[in-house]
Amino acid sequence: MNRFAELLDRLVLTPSRNGKLTLLIDYFRSVEDPDRGLALAAITGDLSIAAVKPAMLRALVVERMDPVLFGYSYDYVGDLAETVSLVWPQSPGHIPNREPTLGEVVAKLQAASRSDGPKVLARLLDSAGISARFAIIKLVTGGLRIGVSARLAKQALAEFGKVDVAEIEELWHGLTPPYTTLFAWLEGKAEKPQRTASALFRPVMLSNPIGDGDLEKLDPADYAAEWKWDGIRVQAVCEDGVRRLYSRTGDDVSGAFPDLAEAMHFSAALDGELLVGEPSATGTFSDLQQRLNRKTVTPKMQQQYPAFMRCYDALQIGGEDLRALPFRERRLRLETFVGALDPSRFDLSPLVAFEDWQALEQLRQAPPHPIIEGVMLKRWDSLYLAGRPKGPWFKWKRDPHTVDAVLMYAQRGHGKRSSFYSDYTFGVWSGPEGAEELVPVGKAYFGFTDEELKQIDKYVRDNTVERFGPVRSVRADRKNGLVLEVAFEGLNRSTRHKSGVAMRFPRISRLRWDKPAAEADRIETLQALLDA
Amino acid sequence: MAVGRVSSLLQQASRAGISPYLGGMRASDLLHPRPEGLYCPPGDFFIDPVRPVNRALITHGHSDHARSGHRSVLATRQTLDIMELRYGEGFAETVQAATLGETMALNGVSITFHPSGHVLGSAQIAVEHLGMRVVASGDYKRQKDATCAAFEPVRCDVFITEATFGLPVFRHPPDTDEIARLLKSAAQFPERSHLVGAYALGKAQRVMRLLRDAGYEKPIYIHGALAKLSEYYQSQGIDLGQLDPATVDSGGKEDFAGAIVVGPPSAFADRWARRFPDPISCFASGWMRIRQRAKQGGVELPLIISDHADWDELTATIKETGAAEIWVTHGREEALVRWCELEGIAARPLHLVGYEDEGD
Repeated sequence: MNRFAELLDRLVLTPSRNGKLTLLIDYFRSVEDPDRGLALAAITGDLSIAAVKPAMLRALVVERMDPVLFGYSYDYVGDLAETVSLVWPQSPGHIPNREPTLGEVVAKLQAASRSDGPKVLARLLDSAGISARFAIIKLVTGGLRIGVSARLAKQALAEFGKVDVAEIEELWHGLTPPYTTLFAWLEGKAEKPQRTASALFRPVMLSNPIGDGDLEKLDPADYAAEWKWDGIRVQAVCEDGVRRLYSRTGDDVSGAFPDLAEAMHFSAALDGELLVGEPSATGTFSDLQQRLNRKTVTPKMQQQYPAFMRCYDALQIGGEDLRALPFRERRLRLETFVGALDPSRFDLSPLVAFEDWQALEQLRQAPPHPIIEGVMLKRWDSLYLAGRPKGPWFKWKRDPHTVDAVLMYAQRGHGKRSSFYSDYTFGVWSGPEGAEELVPVGKAYFGFTDEELKQIDKYVRDNTVERFGPVRSVRADRKNGLVLEVAFEGLNRSTRHKSGVAMRFPRISRLRWDKPAAEADRIETLQALLDA
Repeated sequence: MAVGRVSSLLQQASRAGISPYLGGMRASDLLHPRPEGLYCPPGDFFIDPVRPVNRALITHGHSDHARSGHRSVLATRQTLDIMELRYGEGFAETVQAATLGETMALNGVSITFHPSGHVLGSAQIAVEHLGMRVVASGDYKRQKDATCAAFEPVRCDVFITEATFGLPVFRHPPDTDEIARLLKSAAQFPERSHLVGAYALGKAQRVMRLLRDAGYEKPIYIHGALAKLSEYYQSQGIDLGQLDPATVDSGGKEDFAGAIVVGPPSAFADRWARRFPDPISCFASGWMRIRQRAKQGGVELPLIISDHADWDELTATIKETGAAEIWVTHGREEALVRWCELEGIAARPLHLVGYEDEGD
């Protein structure tokens, strides 16, 4: 249990992706079955343990200590799981010879009934030290919140076993904790596990961005063009009566989109974009947002913002795997197939006809729908290859929006940037003339060069008004302030931000040392984009 | 605050039923807070005064307890040496060294210094007069520490305890476990350097010594602010092994790959830290027990190593002194006062000003 607890403690404080990978790989290497597989399941959210409510946890602890002292403690720490793990009194007569393993903890928790759950939990906490207690409480209260996605965990597995992550994603849904066959294969001790389950995920094919000078080398006749829809890439798979909707990284998202999942009456694996509205009246990105990051969706939500799938590829139809066919061939099969599906839930991503790159450029600049974020180019003869092969598929995105904003706060970075103020919160002007004030509209921590980072860092240090821990507020008024040109992909309405807007993918595109702060943009400029 | 505060404290104490008389005199007549610090009227001296006074008794060399500008200073030899290192030779007009365990008289009041286990030279001060003994703990800890003499419990009527970590959430793990985590991380990330933030007096040397005791033999790189004090520790027979200045002269960025660097915590936010390759920031402090504290400070590897007593040490020590009354100072007084209440021990907060709550 202690090694798992230590892993959680390290992961939560390690900001860099590579650092997290190293910690995970070391853990998989040094911990044996079944503990490492159970830890993996806990991280990917595939471990099922009956939950214990926070109120129950609190009740357990105040049976064991003075409630006033507990109150002072909780006030100070602010996190219930952490407070309980720290103050839990260990009865001196009950120091165990050794702490339980993760396997033992999980077995006991899984065997517990709803009524004896609290008692089982209390006994486990009695037998564990502080870090292990924290880990146990995190397991039973659900949600580790350690900043590791299922995707990153799979990446760590791939590096641990020196295999492609696509192979792990493809197998994943046929495996169950503690994944002993998977680890045995990754360690070279056994054959690759067989795909036994139905409707498994197929690793998706990704595109490369069009770079400077790329187009000149390409022949327009070799490529088909489609609009690039700004929805969610999904894969709809139905096989032997099993229906699954996957995200592009192989997470099962059927539960979040039951309306679409239930409409999947076919035998095939289709690739496409999940959008909201109806095929004839596609919703905007803010409509789509209503359906994102929700564990459960109400019938009303499904009615107001129905999900549908705009299909652009067929990986399998019936029993036939189409991935080794050229795109031209797959496209024909897809057109016939989608034509027979429920038209309110499935339609075809239309091809965009063009003569030459210049003509396509004009179409790209003026797309027919706001949710289009550019065009896709696919070689007519491209096979469906997992990963991001260079050449067959390109994305050619619309140019980003930009706004001139004023630097308001700067926060220190981590790792290589721990001595630099590298995360910037910026704002634009709002309020009546003569009484303008800055309202924060976003935060960005990349887009600048190392040299520019040094310059901004110096500016921040020289113009600090106040400090709050790792954050400094920077002098920013009508006469003083650093103007940053910020590029972003789009704007959403936000009730969480004072400004009412939230930027998508903001980054610093230029430092405007030359521009007086008073000439930065106003909030109305951004609001106009919202209404567009 | 001054006199008004003191008398109101006394009123509170008598209302609360705390017997102000123990032995031949009232404890609060022997020692009580004044704006300058804790004052002893019959002996006419202050303990750890925060403003210049005529006669000061100093528990240890941390700058919030040991200030310059007093006319005469009484402290252990090591504390006097440390004050001289920090403030220069003329930090007081006259100095007098106190020997641990030896009683001396000041205007008829008996004074004895006892080790407190906090940092090199640190002491508790026992003040005794007309049958009443009050012990001012200064700062203390009970965990073993190879860089200073161990805390010695002293039986007394009133024990004045610090309460930096006076909450049941503060429970320090064995320091050897923490150092083992540092060494494990150094092995996991050999291409990066580990920057350990540690206060210049005491903590830094303890961390270095713990590394040596764990078998770490490579040079330890130190920030300039640590040099004089570390050298002093070595001169006092505390072996810290090879310490090299973490200057750019001693190597390029790659030369610090895999290195362990110790410096004051403030230095790591500074431009000074840019000479190290992709550093992992570590902080050796009791505050690192709280995840949010580590997170807010951008600490990647918190090391829970403290020179202050944790909750269990505070409560065990209070019992060991056998004191009938506890005065709780700098830190989280309320929880410790509450605990004393539950244990049937008279207790009250002693509001001393000028000490850093954050210090560890």
